[in-house]
Amino acid sequence: MVNMGPQHPSTHGVFRMVMAVDGEVVVDVEPHIGYLHRGSEKLSENELYVQVVTLFDRLDYISNLNNEMVFCRSVEKLMGLEIPERAEYIRVILCELNRVASHLLFFGTFGLDAGAMTPVMYTFREREKIQSMFEMVTGARMMHNYIRIGGVKNDVPEDFHRRMHELIAELRKGIDESDKLLSFNEIFLARTKGIGVISADKAINYGMTGPSLRASGIPMDIRKDEPYSVYDRFDFGIPIGENGDCWDRYYVRVEEMRQSMKIIEQALDQIPEGSTITPTRLVLRPPKGEVYVRGENPRGELGVYLVSDGADRPYRVKVRPPSFCNLMAIKELIKGTYVADSVVILGSLDIVLGEVDR
Amino acid sequence: MLGNLKGLAVTLRTLFRKPVTHQYPNEHKPIEERYMGFPVLTWDEQVGEPYCTGCMVCVRYCPTSCMSAVMKDNPLHADGKSTRRKIVESFEINLGRCIVCGICVDVCNFDAIEMSHEHELSKYARNGNRTNLDKLLEMGKEYQQEVGWVAPKKAEPKEES
Repeated sequence: MVNMGPQHPSTHGVFRMVMAVDGEVVVDVEPHIGYLHRGSEKLSENELYVQVVTLFDRLDYISNLNNEMVFCRSVEKLMGLEIPERAEYIRVILCELNRVASHLLFFGTFGLDAGAMTPVMYTFREREKIQSMFEMVTGARMMHNYIRIGGVKNDVPEDFHRRMHELIAELRKGIDESDKLLSFNEIFLARTKGIGVISADKAINYGMTGPSLRASGIPMDIRKDEPYSVYDRFDFGIPIGENGDCWDRYYVRVEEMRQSMKIIEQALDQIPEGSTITPTRLVLRPPKGEVYVRGENPRGELGVYLVSDGADRPYRVKVRPPSFCNLMAIKELIKGTYVADSVVILGSLDIVLGEVDR
Repeated sequence: MLGNLKGLAVTLRTLFRKPVTHQYPNEHKPIEERYMGFPVLTWDEQVGEPYCTGCMVCVRYCPTSCMSAVMKDNPLHADGKSTRRKIVESFEINLGRCIVCGICVDVCNFDAIEMSHEHELSKYARNGNRTNLDKLLEMGKEYQQEVGWVAPKKAEPKEES
């Protein structure tokens, strides 16, 4: 028996795995979660709708804006609110930027998991530029509370377009550089190719979504399958992998960053003028009913099941977190591999414990 | 082998680049104009009193309930110097509990509370960041001077929904 975590640098948070080992080979693994449980779902029932947004910031604390967007869309759908077009574009631009930031973080930490210490310096340098961009637009680097029910908090600053174009050019360069540094390194390939293989059928059965599923060769992306917001107006591809191993899960994300950049560029060209928020009352009272809204987060499908009983607070908020469902496949992935590989496999799933435990 | 060498070439190229790291406590990054630091109370220079009337709307909408406020009759109004009938008597924000969401600024009807650029308030005591009215106003004055704050003209205070 080997106990890994909860305080272990490679578990990306507080996550504990109890592994039964036979020599170097893992024969069984038992994941233990719940160390970061804050009861966000229950807390949401006691908060006003405008306050719940701040809780959603803290679910997946690496891609905050994507979370906010899904919750706000769920309330808007329940109330039948129309969103100004400019707000939709701002949301899409910032969400895709957040996706790039999230994947950059994955890039760096996955390198660390595989034993490469340098890439994290490169990707954090790039990520810092995105954070500065968020600071300029939303006023915060992590917990933005920028996407509001009915639109976004305020319009983007004046030199947003200029700085955005600069940022994209820099990011393109930076990603290519990091890509050259790590992706086809022989040692890295040896550590990740053919490790932690999951077939497409099994991945679907385990409920995996997002890049982890696409690495197994299934082009499933909610932005394409069930376009929300203004995603149907952009031309972008869905990168898929072939084998469903760690390297595919890694490279799908690298390619996805490039696609995100493509979306941002198109959105910057198309963005119309106009207002950025549909005014709503401070105390929202959505009509009685229930709604399920899903969106494509950097880690997969984030679903929000919202039940309202007509009061000013939600009756029930159920979150379907992507990392949690992806993590459930860990038993299948780790069984039969070496102990050293378990770290790489866990890293390749790109979990965020804030979202797994909620 | 080729992949390794390519990676090495990237590393070598960065040898001659200027470092991007900021030596934080000694060297600060410039703060963006919209940066949301801790909330502070603003000061009305013309009348010489705070904008805040202690209406408690921010207290009610705060997600973490980190604020409290008490209202009193405004002595300056009785003298005819001020248009504010009520004024804040005491106000406290536990900045250690504040999550800097900016909701209080959005809901305030009098522009009395603003997100400052202050973000370095580490204390050793757990409740060391309980901040009272005087300190909040002092921080507010600093912030107002720093950014050249002008009260944005808001519409007449609307009825609570």
